[in-house]
Amino acid sequence: MPEFDVPQFDVPQFDVIVVGAGPAGSAAALELARAGRSVCLLERGPYPGSKNMYGGVVYGRVLDNLIPRWWEEAPIQRWVTRRSTMLMTGNQALTVDYRSDAWGEAPYNGATAFRPEFDAWLAAKAEAAGAVLICSTTATGLLKDGQRVVGVRTDRPDGDLTAQVVICCDGVNSFLAKEAGLYAPSDPANYTLGVKETIALPREVIDERFAVRGDHGVDIEILGCTGNVPGGGFLYTNAESLGVGLVLSLPELAKCGRRPEEILADLKTHPAIAPLIEGGEIKEYSAHVIPEAGYKMMPELIGDGILVAGDAAAMCLAAGIWLEGVNFAIGAGSAAGQAAARAVQRKDTSAAGLQDYRRRLEANFVLSDHRKFREAPHLVMSDLAQQQLPRIACGVMEQLFTVTNPDPKPGMRKIIRSQMKLNNLKLRDAIGQGVKALRTFG
Amino acid sequence: MSTDSYPEISFESRMSSVEFRVHERAHITVDGKKCADCSTRGCITACPANLFVPTADGGVLFNYELCFECGTCYMVCNEEGAITWSYPEGGHGVVFHNT
Repeated sequence: MPEFDVPQFDVPQFDVIVVGAGPAGSAAALELARAGRSVCLLERGPYPGSKNMYGGVVYGRVLDNLIPRWWEEAPIQRWVTRRSTMLMTGNQALTVDYRSDAWGEAPYNGATAFRPEFDAWLAAKAEAAGAVLICSTTATGLLKDGQRVVGVRTDRPDGDLTAQVVICCDGVNSFLAKEAGLYAPSDPANYTLGVKETIALPREVIDERFAVRGDHGVDIEILGCTGNVPGGGFLYTNAESLGVGLVLSLPELAKCGRRPEEILADLKTHPAIAPLIEGGEIKEYSAHVIPEAGYKMMPELIGDGILVAGDAAAMCLAAGIWLEGVNFAIGAGSAAGQAAARAVQRKDTSAAGLQDYRRRLEANFVLSDHRKFREAPHLVMSDLAQQQLPRIACGVMEQLFTVTNPDPKPGMRKIIRSQMKLNNLKLRDAIGQGVKALRTFG
Repeated sequence: MSTDSYPEISFESRMSSVEFRVHERAHITVDGKKCADCSTRGCITACPANLFVPTADGGVLFNYELCFECGTCYMVCNEEGAITWSYPEGGHGVVFHNT
């Protein structure tokens, strides 16, 4: 290992600066603090999580090693024990509803949670381990010595902070990763806009409407509810509120002439959704951009003195049946923290000295899942998945269960063929797309 | 284009459910000259906070105060450099509670 040259100026104030106290940043800071490194965790909001919103579910398995028995203390709303996928047209809906009571017991699977609570909890863990959490402070740029990143400039007076490594967990817009030249010019087609209403309802009403008890809850993912804008919808239960929202392709939304809250209003008035949210009052409206394209839009993850993790590195998995982000952020942040701690200890925080980060991501789920399902975001946003699939699926159900007496039943093959014809899907294309889907989802 | 067709909630009451700690410095700037040449005007449709409004003389009026800080506007902007966007001062801007 080459000896690390201490920069000309002062000794850095911290071993590592982590920008952004979301799940990626707090996991990184927690690892570093535990490794005995001095670490500053910067957050631009007044508290961790105050700038964050998402589609509602945290998958906690990644926390098992980081915070043993995390489920006994994490601030969650409900454990997801019903996972539904809904295909809809304007007035029809086909739902596949899976229910598992095992997901409602330790070690659990997914949970709904409020990010301002969950993120603040995780940041407090890092703080308790020794990280210095500084809120209400925006990192406005990178400090550099040549190509090497040596710290960040903040909007505080005399706010320059120096470190041997800067870990950018500054979210989907990651101005820092862009400034470091780690991103290719961004294409809006890689991004979606998420909008969400949190709707207050009494606990008993939610229990009754969603057929759950105690701290069990439901997560419904919806396809076919976004008009001619590629995207999807979701509805999930908190303890005493619901989250209902949409994910919309940015360029298509910009072109479509309809505003996001108008498309959301359509979902809320759909006959399959309206009775579930009826009488609820809006508690909070929110919006956030999602790095939808995943693996194909990822930046360089490592530079001299700099690492990128979480949404800042496009680590959301938007693969249709799987919609995950917080877990990938925690996995990546944790790997970044470990790799940075090791690099600091070995006195080589150059890009070469930080390569351990990538090796860790490839060895665990973060990059293996993203690489394996790299074609999925594109497939999910295709016309077939967005338009034809929901219509054909609902059309087949409609015909299958409409009793046509005295006419005899048409039979399955005839129904499927007629629905495919109605929706301009040729058998050859259907088989081709089916094979592609099987390959895409491994 | 108006939300009046959904009388159950006006856009104003939708936005009044969100806390904003507004800073005096605008974190968005818009170059109106470039907007006048823009034919697509994606920001007007896509901004979830409806901060961009067309004016009678072909320009675009904007307001930075009730901004979700999502980045949609500059991402869908078709005119190079028409929208300059950065994060608001630390501790300011949108503050979520139930998201």
